[in-house]
Amino acid sequence: MFWNRAELACQEMVELVTDYLEGALTRSQRRRFEAHLAGCENCTEYLRQMRATIRLTGSLHAGDMTPAMREELTELYRRWRAEGD
Amino acid sequence: MHLGLIAAIVLPRRGRRRTPSEDADGELVARLRAGEEQAFLALVERHNASMLRIAGSLVSSSAIAEEVVQDTWLAVLRGIDGFAGRSAFRTWLLRILVNRATSTGMRERRSVAVGDAGPVVDRARFDASGAWMSPPQHWVEEAEERMLAQGLAQQIHAALGELPALQREVVLLRDVDGLSGAEVCEVLEISEANQRVLLHRGRSRLRQALEDELGGS
Ligand SMILES: [Zn+2]
Repeated sequence: MFWNRAELACQEMVELVTDYLEGALTRSQRRRFEAHLAGCENCTEYLRQMRATIRLTGSLHAGDMTPAMREELTELYRRWRAEGD
Repeated sequence: MHLGLIAAIVLPRRGRRRTPSEDADGELVARLRAGEEQAFLALVERHNASMLRIAGSLVSSSAIAEEVVQDTWLAVLRGIDGFAGRSAFRTWLLRILVNRATSTGMRERRSVAVGDAGPVVDRARFDASGAWMSPPQHWVEEAEERMLAQGLAQQIHAALGELPALQREVVLLRDVDGLSGAEVCEVLEISEANQRVLLHRGRSRLRQALEDELGGS
């Protein structure tokens, strides 16, 4: 797609960010991606925002198990044991 | 869409959240096979929160999500002797969970298109040469601050709820639960390439949601 042109456009960069972060670009593709970054403040900021997005999403945590749930699962285990015996 | 199970609890960052190590799971599985109730409860303690979150994103109510999670644990107990250990315990567990959740009256997951077509950033923000015309505004610092002050979790939570199901599942598994790309492929039975496309679209949308929230263009 974009790789046969001399330079990557910003619009192409935003589609390649995940492949870049996932290490899915070839070495030469990565070099071109990074060459664009080096000369483009906006895409550098965009990449920074994608990294921040990943970090922020990763800081969502589920609540701990409720005592009721733990009790139900203990019950479940005991029923299963009884069923096997 | 039910995502109420993601409690908006935000902890200060301490690097990438570590996932439970496979070694510890392996040991617990061995003890479970030997009939130790405590080992079962320890496995529950380690995985239940992720399971509730994932089930919660696939079914329509938290009551159904809890039922699916309990069903999954029962299937684990019944199947543990046959678990060959070829894949990690967590991968096996989550695969059972996803299969149960999707067969529990949920939409046909496989029919969801992998890529909703179209660019991840509005075309109008680039000029004819593809260079930024309306570049990203700066908001990362503000986002980190508001996250610490617990003001932003709700928005991220809501944005996750807006994602197409498969995008949401991939983002939850990768970025919230910390699974590797390969593990996600196994759990959801999708290819590496599809996993990356879904991840890309999901994360890009979340970025856009943050930008909308924090005042960009
Ligand atoms: Zn650029």
